[in-house]
Amino acid sequence: MYLAHTGRPDAPPRPLGIRRRVPATVIALGAVSLVTDVSSEMVTAVLPLYLVLGLGLSPLQFGFLDGMFNGATALVRLLGGRLADRGGRHKRVAGAGYLLSALSRLGLLLADGATAGIAGSLAADRLGKGVRTAPRDALISLSGPPETLGRAFGVHRAMDTTGALLGPLAAFAVLWATADAYDAVFAVSFCTGLLGVLLLVLYVPSGARTPPVRPTPLQHTALRDPAFRRILYAACLLGAATIGDSFLYLLIQRALDLPAALFPLLPLGAAAGYLLLAVPAGRVADRFGRRLPFLAGHAALLGAYAALLLPVTRPTVAVVLGLLAVFYASTDGVLMALAGPVLPAHRRAGGLAVLQTGQALARLLGAAGFGAAWTFWGQGPALWAAALALAAALAAAWRILPTLATPAVTVTAAAPAHAPDLDTTPEAP
Amino acid sequence: MNPRAPQLRRLALVVLAVLLLGGGSLGYVLHARHRDRPAGAADGSFTLDEPGLYYRDSATGRVARHSATGGPPATGGPACERFYAAGEHALCLRGLPGIPARTQALVLDRHLREVKRVTVPGIPNRARVSASGNVLSWTAFAIGDSYATTGFSTRTSLLDLRTGYLIKSMEEIPLTIDGTRYHAPDVNYWGVTFARDDNRFYATVSTKGRTHLVEGDLHDWSAKALRENVECPSLSPDNTRIAFKKKVSEDPSAPWRLYVLDLADLREHPLAETRSVDDQAAWLDDDTVAYALPGREGRAGDIWSVPADGTGEPRLRIAGASSPAATN
Repeated sequence: MYLAHTGRPDAPPRPLGIRRRVPATVIALGAVSLVTDVSSEMVTAVLPLYLVLGLGLSPLQFGFLDGMFNGATALVRLLGGRLADRGGRHKRVAGAGYLLSALSRLGLLLADGATAGIAGSLAADRLGKGVRTAPRDALISLSGPPETLGRAFGVHRAMDTTGALLGPLAAFAVLWATADAYDAVFAVSFCTGLLGVLLLVLYVPSGARTPPVRPTPLQHTALRDPAFRRILYAACLLGAATIGDSFLYLLIQRALDLPAALFPLLPLGAAAGYLLLAVPAGRVADRFGRRLPFLAGHAALLGAYAALLLPVTRPTVAVVLGLLAVFYASTDGVLMALAGPVLPAHRRAGGLAVLQTGQALARLLGAAGFGAAWTFWGQGPALWAAALALAAALAAAWRILPTLATPAVTVTAAAPAHAPDLDTTPEAP
Repeated sequence: MNPRAPQLRRLALVVLAVLLLGGGSLGYVLHARHRDRPAGAADGSFTLDEPGLYYRDSATGRVARHSATGGPPATGGPACERFYAAGEHALCLRGLPGIPARTQALVLDRHLREVKRVTVPGIPNRARVSASGNVLSWTAFAIGDSYATTGFSTRTSLLDLRTGYLIKSMEEIPLTIDGTRYHAPDVNYWGVTFARDDNRFYATVSTKGRTHLVEGDLHDWSAKALRENVECPSLSPDNTRIAFKKKVSEDPSAPWRLYVLDLADLREHPLAETRSVDDQAAWLDDDTVAYALPGREGRAGDIWSVPADGTGEPRLRIAGASSPAATN
């Protein structure tokens, strides 16, 4: 229980009656994420079009630009976590991340098509995204008693996803109103991003005012804790057996020969399902422990693979999208809720960053491996291999994950990993 | 003092910020909405009747012409992102506003009046018309069709104006590689070029990470691979050689170099252009090819030309231009 006290000095102990209320900090952070995601998904939705159609960059150049920065994000996250832990500067570090991303839109606007300027802006955006994620999740996990963390993360992710769904719509509206003025999208995105920063500054409390800690190398701190290590291993193992949604959407598209215009609706459908399920899944996790939902979520993903191994029909689409939604809802925020209470408050952001980075890198590996398997063996055998790998990873994770996790009264609650913003939002195809 | 004052002040700040930022956004959108945009159709006086080098002028987004007889360029062609003209017809590709991206292919007659209009998904990429003007082909980049989210795949359409027969995506054409019928879900075609007989054509096919030059037959509806590592073929007016871009480097910032392949003996030679060219070259005559390169001094692109026999050196033809098409 020490968490509730060290974490939030300004959160008075609540009588049982109002325990259902989500801490104001979580709502504030959710609002910040919502507004920021509108801003960032606006740009994500139009950037490929802008670069290739507006600027005549070849797709190869664009892919190179994009891939380069995506890889770097994972490592920046570690830095953000460490910075935040030094003297509990969560809010300031997260705020700097949000501000940097907002300013990067201004960079896109001013770059006016110059490749160097665009590359710099993209880099700034990814840097901001990487830096802010771990401190933000640490703030959420420090904002209330550990036994309600599942719901808190569920609420945050639901708000976050709402923003991710609204962003492309906003971008579309601006393009439609201006007959494809991409710069107008950047301008609106910049204003929206600034609003997100302002909300953070005004409504999010500074968070864990832990005494400054002597900086110790990370591997000697969070990684030394056996419970945390088990969560990390399980998350990485499962992450490496995850093939990435774009592959699943592609398999659906190929099997049914969906028109390209309908393709973007697939991730949208999964995100909408995630949005609806995030809070209920968080509540279930609070009630029954986070280990089970986390594993069940991956079982749902396995179900999605299995559905695609059967003959694909139209109902299969709904089944796969539904299972994907269950997967995200019961793993994304739940992992943070699982790992958060295991980590001492003054090392939480750093620990969560390690977890997120490990999971993201493992997923990258999984996606790359699946891509290679698809290329060399064809899609059927590749999918079989992925399903077997995931089943094996699930069996292993079942044993690895700490079982003592009765809901968070103790220090160990099991929860699934949230892979940063990147995974909470459907990637724009 | 009112204990709720801080909350009220905070709320007032947020309201003020929403008004300021919302107003700024709205202002910018309105400003962008009223900026000048190129008109779509060609002026009545601009036709294909005059021989010369037609191109897309980057500054206006409209097609213009450098006359063979010299003098100032004629402006006032249609607004296109990609343009090509030969014989009786011109092909003008436009991206349609909105998401997902769509390409509108406009077939125009010699007076640049619309003959036919076809809309396909994707971003405008390559446009070609056979020497007679009877057969046309265009390629669009489709987004979201590929494994990686940032990957692109292509969709190539063929249109035969003699029969009106339109193939929106030629992916299903029976393909032979190394003498055997080839099946794979990942074939992508782009950059078609037509022979004088309005039947034989050449194109790039990519599958499993490799690109091949294919020779196709419209009438038999079949294609066979001739050679590896050939992209964006362009057949010479005398139909004996193919100019193409060859991948020569793994460096993603400069992967290609222009080559010419002799169809009689399938021997190839590099051209004097050493920069990486990402364009389907266009033959100005039997000895010269033209192509677009990223522009210098902040321009969107420039048209260059180089002798087709590998000698000489590149020459800047038109600054701030793309989509060269020579007619006579």
